[in-house]
Amino acid sequence: MKNIRRWGPGLLLVSPSIILITIFVYGLIGWNVKVSLSNWRQAQPTSHYSGIGAYQDLNHDAAFRQSLAHLLVFTIVFALGTLIIGWTLALLLDKGVKGEGFFRAVFLFPMAISFIAAGIVWRWLMNPAPGNRATGLNVIFDKLGLHALANQWYLDSNPVIGGIRSWGMAAMAMPAIWALSGYVMALYLAGFRGVPEELREAARMDGASELRVYRHVVFPHLKPVTLAALIIIGHISIKIFDLMVAIGGKQGFNTQTPAVYMWIQIYDRSDFAKGAAIATLLLLLISVLVIPYLIYTVRSERRS
Amino acid sequence: MTATPTTLPAQGPARSKRGWKRVKKARAPTIKYTALLIFAVIVLMPVYILIVTGFKGVAETDPAHAWSLPSIWSLSAWHEAWTQLSPYMLNSFKLAIPATILSTALGCLNGFALSKWRFPGADIVFTFFLFGMFIPYQAVMIPLTELLSKLHFPAQLPQLALAHIIYGIPITTLIFRNYYATIPEDLMEASRMDGAGMLRTLWSVVLPISIPAFVVAAIWQFTSIWNDFLFAVFIITDPSQYPVTVALNNTTGSLVSAYNLQMSAALLASLPTLVVYILLGRYFMRGLMAGALKG
Repeated sequence: MKNIRRWGPGLLLVSPSIILITIFVYGLIGWNVKVSLSNWRQAQPTSHYSGIGAYQDLNHDAAFRQSLAHLLVFTIVFALGTLIIGWTLALLLDKGVKGEGFFRAVFLFPMAISFIAAGIVWRWLMNPAPGNRATGLNVIFDKLGLHALANQWYLDSNPVIGGIRSWGMAAMAMPAIWALSGYVMALYLAGFRGVPEELREAARMDGASELRVYRHVVFPHLKPVTLAALIIIGHISIKIFDLMVAIGGKQGFNTQTPAVYMWIQIYDRSDFAKGAAIATLLLLLISVLVIPYLIYTVRSERRS
Repeated sequence: MTATPTTLPAQGPARSKRGWKRVKKARAPTIKYTALLIFAVIVLMPVYILIVTGFKGVAETDPAHAWSLPSIWSLSAWHEAWTQLSPYMLNSFKLAIPATILSTALGCLNGFALSKWRFPGADIVFTFFLFGMFIPYQAVMIPLTELLSKLHFPAQLPQLALAHIIYGIPITTLIFRNYYATIPEDLMEASRMDGAGMLRTLWSVVLPISIPAFVVAAIWQFTSIWNDFLFAVFIITDPSQYPVTVALNNTTGSLVSAYNLQMSAALLASLPTLVVYILLGRYFMRGLMAGALKG
């Protein structure tokens, strides 16, 4: 404490942000929880405490459960897709190829485009309309004689397993994979290049083939990267909103995710408590994923 | 590589063996390039569609011409897209430029204090900020719109800018903190020894070498603010103040609008971030890495 003259100014410099973050992140999260427990279920705001009614409603709400199932299917396909493709691209680029800069730029550029704009092209590519209104990939399948491959894309309502609908969400993951594989590639590429060259060289001296060098030296080093990529893709997936609105529209039942369903509760039903309850559940879901990771990262940083 | 040419006799068989290996190895790059090119074609396919469809006349947007080049390159869809979107593009610029500048400035101050002018608990404050980067913004949206409407801001665009500035603090702080972590501590000590205070050190020692971090943070913020849809759709209720993403979704969301208009509008709305990306792509990648914490 006696060194306050030394560290005081630093704290002062950060304090405006501390105040803003405290109010706008943590304060508003608390306020949102309060709304979810209130009886604000019509256009006029009210703030009377009325218990967990909104959460109980969600528990019995078939459409909400459906949106969770959608989110699950979407997340699995999205995460697997970006991880496999990102990893493969990084592996292909690892040893340095001519034109690496070009390839990296191409694979990364979808990050610069909004999901709204990307959604417009992908809606065209995955157009489920038949015959004279068809566009996109179904037209290609048709021209190549691969009629069996033409499908309903994001409108496909066939169940995945049991009651978990629907395959349409797997199609919905395609634009998201397109958008973020480059990001995962960048993460893995940094991971590959972070493996000390001496380690690779030592393994080679021991007579290990290039394949074994990768398997026993390089890949084990990538576990933290995979973890980071999973956390990043996972939290993007849980929040996903724009893409569904751009492709499936607000009322697209087959593509509804909790974030879209929340929007509908607020704008179409004016059920603010229920909307706030959905938002709180999304926050819990993300916290379970992110908080342990944040603590782990900051701790391991301090150790090093 | 290490063998000297003076030991020629012994080199005979070894060299031919190496030559054979080279033939075998030559196939690997071919496979590599083929795979990379296939991926590149797939990734660029939506861009091809955006461009060719945007330059078509309405008559050519039918399935028979779906993937072909336009027979006549027409600017009509571009003209229409410009007429419909330009006021909203202007809104987006008015929103994104000041919000980017302010949130980057805040990130700079925070990053500096959290890594180079540390106070007890700096790491806890940093973690406290970082969590704000991951939260689903839905979890603050209802109270945020309530609060902003009570603040009696003159217009909704500044309200939206305020939201972007505040929720941009975690990522910009992260970028600057990671950047400043690479500056040697001695530099700070030398400055303190010279009797310079914090602001003086920040201004004359740290800021002059901070340009890369500013570029990374600004690109990141500009791109995410320009592309944001969620905040805009909740905060802006006055249609004349919509940023371009909302306007784009409204003009093209109705499935009746022609494909050539949809595509030219989507490309037009993406041009500013694409230009930034093409000009400063290297920095964009660094911003991404920062977003991954220490990965």
